[in-house]
Amino acid sequence: MSANQVKEIFETMDYGVAMEDRSEADKWLKSHSKGFKHFIGGKWIDAGEEFKINNPENGEILGKAKAADKEVIDMAVTSAQAGLKTWQGLSCFERAKYLYAIARLIQKNARLFAVLESLDNGKSIRETRDADIPTAIRHFYYHAGMAQILDKEFKDYEAIGIVGQIIPWNFPFLMLAWKIAPAIAAGNAVILKPAEETPLTSILFAEICVEAGIPDGVINIVQGDGVTGGLITEHKDIKKIAFTGSTEIGKLIRKNTAGTGKTLTLELGGKSPFIIFDDADIDSAVEGIVDSIWFNQGEVCCAGSRLLVQEGVKDKVITKLTTRMNKLRLGSPLDKTIDMGTVVNDTQLKRITDMVNDAVKDGATIIQLENCPDKGCYYRPTILTDVYSSSAIVNNEIFGPVLTVQSFRSPDEAVELANNSKYGLAANIWSDNINMALDVAPKIKSGVVWINSANLFDASCGFGGYKESGFGREGGFEGMYAYLKPRYLSKLKPAKEITTITKTGKLDNNQIDETAKMYIGGKQARPDGNYNMDILNPKGLLVGEVGLGSRKDIRNAVEAAKSAYKSWNNSAHHLRAQIIYYIAENLDKRSDEFAKRIVDMTGCSAKDAKLEVETSIKRIFSYGAYCDKFEGRVHTPPMKAIAIAMQESIGAIGMICPNENPLLGFISLVMPAIAMGNTAIIIPSEQYSLSATDFYQILECSDLPAGVINIVTGNHSDLIKTLAEHDNLDALWCFSNDKKLSQITEELSIGNLKQTWVNNGMERNLFNEDEYLEKEYLMHSTQVKNIWVPYGEQI
Amino acid sequence: MVELHTISDNHAHKRNEGTELNLDWIDDIYVNLNAVERRTKTITTRRAVKKANQAAWLLKAVTCIDLTTLSGDDTVERVKRLCNKAKFPVSRHLLEELGLPNITTGAICVYHEMVETAVKALEGTNIPVAAVSTGFPHGLSPMSTKLAEIKASVKAGAKEIDIVITRSHVLTQNWQALYDEVKAYREACGDAHLKSIIATGELATMRNVAKASMISMMAGADFIKTSTGKESTNANLNVSMIMVRMMREYLEQTGFKIGYKPAGGISKAKDILGYQFLMKEELGNEWLQPDLFRIGASSLLGDIERQLEHFVTGRYSAANRHPIG
Repeated sequence: MSANQVKEIFETMDYGVAMEDRSEADKWLKSHSKGFKHFIGGKWIDAGEEFKINNPENGEILGKAKAADKEVIDMAVTSAQAGLKTWQGLSCFERAKYLYAIARLIQKNARLFAVLESLDNGKSIRETRDADIPTAIRHFYYHAGMAQILDKEFKDYEAIGIVGQIIPWNFPFLMLAWKIAPAIAAGNAVILKPAEETPLTSILFAEICVEAGIPDGVINIVQGDGVTGGLITEHKDIKKIAFTGSTEIGKLIRKNTAGTGKTLTLELGGKSPFIIFDDADIDSAVEGIVDSIWFNQGEVCCAGSRLLVQEGVKDKVITKLTTRMNKLRLGSPLDKTIDMGTVVNDTQLKRITDMVNDAVKDGATIIQLENCPDKGCYYRPTILTDVYSSSAIVNNEIFGPVLTVQSFRSPDEAVELANNSKYGLAANIWSDNINMALDVAPKIKSGVVWINSANLFDASCGFGGYKESGFGREGGFEGMYAYLKPRYLSKLKPAKEITTITKTGKLDNNQIDETAKMYIGGKQARPDGNYNMDILNPKGLLVGEVGLGSRKDIRNAVEAAKSAYKSWNNSAHHLRAQIIYYIAENLDKRSDEFAKRIVDMTGCSAKDAKLEVETSIKRIFSYGAYCDKFEGRVHTPPMKAIAIAMQESIGAIGMICPNENPLLGFISLVMPAIAMGNTAIIIPSEQYSLSATDFYQILECSDLPAGVINIVTGNHSDLIKTLAEHDNLDALWCFSNDKKLSQITEELSIGNLKQTWVNNGMERNLFNEDEYLEKEYLMHSTQVKNIWVPYGEQI
Repeated sequence: MVELHTISDNHAHKRNEGTELNLDWIDDIYVNLNAVERRTKTITTRRAVKKANQAAWLLKAVTCIDLTTLSGDDTVERVKRLCNKAKFPVSRHLLEELGLPNITTGAICVYHEMVETAVKALEGTNIPVAAVSTGFPHGLSPMSTKLAEIKASVKAGAKEIDIVITRSHVLTQNWQALYDEVKAYREACGDAHLKSIIATGELATMRNVAKASMISMMAGADFIKTSTGKESTNANLNVSMIMVRMMREYLEQTGFKIGYKPAGGISKAKDILGYQFLMKEELGNEWLQPDLFRIGASSLLGDIERQLEHFVTGRYSAANRHPIG
């Protein structure tokens, strides 16, 4: 110590540096200097092509690992199969104890985790210590609880099996926790692959699994890059893929797994709006921006990267924000006096630099933090003004500490701008007017909304996106369903192949000759192509004709469904229920006629047809009942905030009905969807379309608004492609008898990453309530939005 | 006698002249407490000072302390002892080793009764005497008495007057009355500097804290101060964040720099670093100096001394090794 030194600091009042001690981490790294191995079946497997692990601050080599090849993945799957068997043989209580042990052990090693994470990723020790690791620990504690109550809370559901999980480099350990905790709590076995940039904490975690005595094969961790990831997604015995990463790779995974029966959870990119109204606490909103785009160097999928600010306060916000930005400190990630560390590597640094340079070339005005270390992967916090909706930088995800600024005049315009994106991950709303905040929150298409806050996370609250930000939730009850499947699924048998019937004559049914039209936008519509299709009974006798739908009919139907969506979705649940009950009432009045039609078309017995109509009426009633009863939850995370998990509708949903039970099949799909506020484009049973076309007369006299249900008849295999590729369609359900159509549905859905639900050509008995879970249909008709509402006023 | 430095008479900035009562500014105040709490929580985690930096920062804090005694049993001898501690706040050998042998506390803060004693005890130094005033701590004496009390303290040699506001004006949102009151106090102060104690613990909400701060500044307060130390809640980082943000707002509106004084309950060296980080981050280095930052405290100094000794010797210290104030 020198007296002059103190005296000098007394004048400058500088912070100096306060380095976190890394000696424990170094010891750990040294003990692995021969290279990190794969953790498979409780053993350490050394195989594959070697790659190096860098510290992005200075290029220091932290260690080396090997990329798992096909042989390694096969080995992991074999181990997982054994692990799955052991794991499912345990009681809920026993599984819960293991998760609890993991949580405890991470907690005991929290600082080592934090230091390793910081070294590996370049993020600040403050964040790994105060955010990443504690949030991950909480995730295991919370899901230890889920493991405990699994059988009680999810009676009709069971584990999926072996789950493949691929995670990114931005929150290596937190993402591991988000993936593994719910998966094993639900009784699955996992194979997880961390990003090749950041494997360290996954290795330490595997060591903790050994210490906790997790049965061999339940948790398998393999190292490698995208090639290894591809091997996981393609493996036939892996039944579920959970992926967090870019939208581009997410789409690729969707495409490559199409038709395999694998279920997917995709947490993808974002370009989340950060909306500041003129009645916000501006100083706090500015801090919110710091927590949002300058959290984790902006390498956050849900970062509020698009600032939307009301015109009246725009200048004030930019001035305050610039002042605040200039207080930020960049420096060594292990220095406890800094705000931001380095981005993850040179590639990412170049990507950010190029995007920002292009924006400036396009006319953006740039404001950047002045002080910045000259070596290492640092990127300065950046504000870009003079950018507009048409600027590339406003539309593309940057994944760096770069904020774009746009202004708006009214709440409606704020919503419009917020939703003017292919993404829909998160949104931040700042207003001290609760009426404003709670009015705007449901209007924004995103899976998470933070009111007067930013980047709040908790294990109890679902996280996940709308639109091209992906689907599925992580966290909370909503997140558990991503790792469960209905029990009946494993008992299903393939649907009957549809046999072509040759026309032999005309059925004598004492009716005037009729050709049913389609039903689009509340009007009976002739097919655009002006061709018809025969409806024949099994003996080949003509029962009637229906329009042969084409591309253009689908286009019109989607158009109609989309324009009807907003007001139908906004209508009171009570009103929707009344209309649905009224539909049931009107069907009931004409039940004999509908039963007869079923007999005429399918040749079934009058008794069976009667049962189908009765079951249909009951089902309609059921969904009338659920309209105002399938409600969300209120999560209570451990902070002064609630998170309202709303069940929101998805939008316009396309549906392909099964061939059998033409009335019940139609009702079973369309009713849950419209009960929850969606609109529908429904393609009825191909062979027996008349039950659906008869039904539009019922719709017409039941006060259903135009466009809520649109019926297009025709060839399933012709129509499915147009639906799947339609970028304005929000979801597509395929219950066709033909397995191929399930694959097409998934494969072609990637344009806008619409949510798909397919039967993979398996038949469901719609009469059997064990095979027709209303809750399942309601869940597919909704997506969960978590609206975080912090509170507190009294000092 | 060693030459003692204080900076209090040496204001680098222009004294706050106050403004008209601008109720528009009050209407525009929004405070989101929950968000403020989240920000405050990271004030102490985003920054740290270790070793020499910590020692320097703590020494700086010493120069900002309004060494205070406000007890019913204060006596002349007790106040004299305190004044001597203000002159020699840290053991001299430590200060010499740290290279800053001449520092003093920012001021001495006493009741009117003790102003004369303190002024006399501090003769030959630049350490100002601050008097709590206007019917401290409740402020419910007649206005004429309160004004007379200020004048009497100024006459007795007090250079700083810590006034208390009438809390009911805030709770009933009677901004005109609050403004008039503080303005009258300011006039009574003359050249003495006015610190407006808004008694945050009795204002119920953060919006009230913000608004009372803003009115005080409009009415001419040189400093705004959190608490009397007699309320159930003392100073904390949350109210500090609000008040400091208002000071920044006022600065942006008028160009006047206002000082800040947290008081009550600050007794640990570690705690005061949090306040210092807050001042530096939210306003800047100028607000780490005693002309714009004061700390109302008594036992804090002892803890700082022990930390300084640890820094110098590498050994943990004990309270009895340092002279009491």
